[in-house]
Amino acid sequence: MLKAYYHLLIRDLRLALRNRHELANPLIFFVLVVTLFPLAVTPTPDALEAMAPGVIWVSALLAVLLSLDRLFKQDYDDGSLDQLMLSPNPLMILVLSKVTAHWLLTGLPLVIIAPLLGLFMSLPMEAVSVLIYSLLLGTPVLSLVGAIGVSLTVAVNRGGVLLSLIILPLYIPILIFGANAVDVASDGLPVTGQLLFLGAVLALAVSLAPLATSVALRITASR
Amino acid sequence: MLEIQTLECVRDDRLLFSELSFSVAEAEVLQIEGPNGSGKTSLLRIICGLRLPEAGQVMWQGEPISSNREDYYANMVYIGHLPCIKADLTVLENVRSLLDTRSLTLSNVVIEAALAKVGLASYEDVPGKALSSGQRRRILLAFIELAQARLWILDEPLTALDVQGVALMESMILEHRQAGGSVVFTTHHGMQLDCDMRSVQLGSIKHQQQEN
Repeated sequence: MLKAYYHLLIRDLRLALRNRHELANPLIFFVLVVTLFPLAVTPTPDALEAMAPGVIWVSALLAVLLSLDRLFKQDYDDGSLDQLMLSPNPLMILVLSKVTAHWLLTGLPLVIIAPLLGLFMSLPMEAVSVLIYSLLLGTPVLSLVGAIGVSLTVAVNRGGVLLSLIILPLYIPILIFGANAVDVASDGLPVTGQLLFLGAVLALAVSLAPLATSVALRITASR
Repeated sequence: MLEIQTLECVRDDRLLFSELSFSVAEAEVLQIEGPNGSGKTSLLRIICGLRLPEAGQVMWQGEPISSNREDYYANMVYIGHLPCIKADLTVLENVRSLLDTRSLTLSNVVIEAALAKVGLASYEDVPGKALSSGQRRRILLAFIELAQARLWILDEPLTALDVQGVALMESMILEHRQAGGSVVFTTHHGMQLDCDMRSVQLGSIKHQQQEN
């Protein structure tokens, strides 16, 4: 079972590394949106610091949302998804493997580049470290929950709007607590509560989202 | 081995078939026949458990496949219309990743022998995007050859294959049958199989079963 998880993960990472331009898309989107805000609104440090948590979190969320399509679309189009569903291994494990690959390829790069953007937006150092923690806990949830939506809409042509409608309400609590943690940290207040909440949601998502995704995939395949 | 019980399939409010029952024994080759749109692919997907029937069930070794999924999928291999081939992976990696879904880890020598058998010798390191559609189908032939499955479910396996490819598929089916395996397949091309073969006719609400 672990072997199946590992093999599929390696396959997805290898595929992504041979298609690097696709890999860079969410990252470029993230950086562009965040750097455009000071130009469009105001470059004064105080104003930037006030809007930084929200801007960074919203951009990260949208960057993940835009990349979700990649999760199952290719496998669905070329029939590999059928083969995954016909695997003697639990589909949940394979789904978890695909989501892990998706997070390593989109979520993790966002987490790595975010501190730099935090400094651009003149966030204080404490807030930058909280930004890293909150994204580290939050972006896996975005991938996990996103997988449920993608598995429901992968068979729909141009299902992007539908996907956003299904997924965004589920993303909102993550956005609120993630951005709020950074906001509170930049005022020098404790943020344990927000981070614990994000951690709890992550634990919940890891245990339940793959199950929901595999059921949704079976429904999609039986159309 | 495999038993189909009173299946009914509806697609877009159209009844494709109902009260369809047949069984597949060991070392048996069964062809699903019927015109376009008669539900052959839907039937095969129901047999695989990918699609749910409106009524009836599919039994594997006397148990419904939904409660016996792990054992059924370890013993069954399905190839459909789609090639399952990744353009950015090499031929060898493609076969490996297909076998990984079945938790089979085989040595390069074994895989290369199978690739040679399907006419892809020395193509191991060629990426999928450089292959013709017939060659992609041949990768799937290597996959089913290596899948160690007793039941083959083949949806139009002859698509895009040339004359030698068709002959290869025929000989693979015969070999598989001789080894005690079973095959359920559909095709619109003539398949000349030198063995007993049953067929199930779809396309009319009455389903005749014929012994050839």
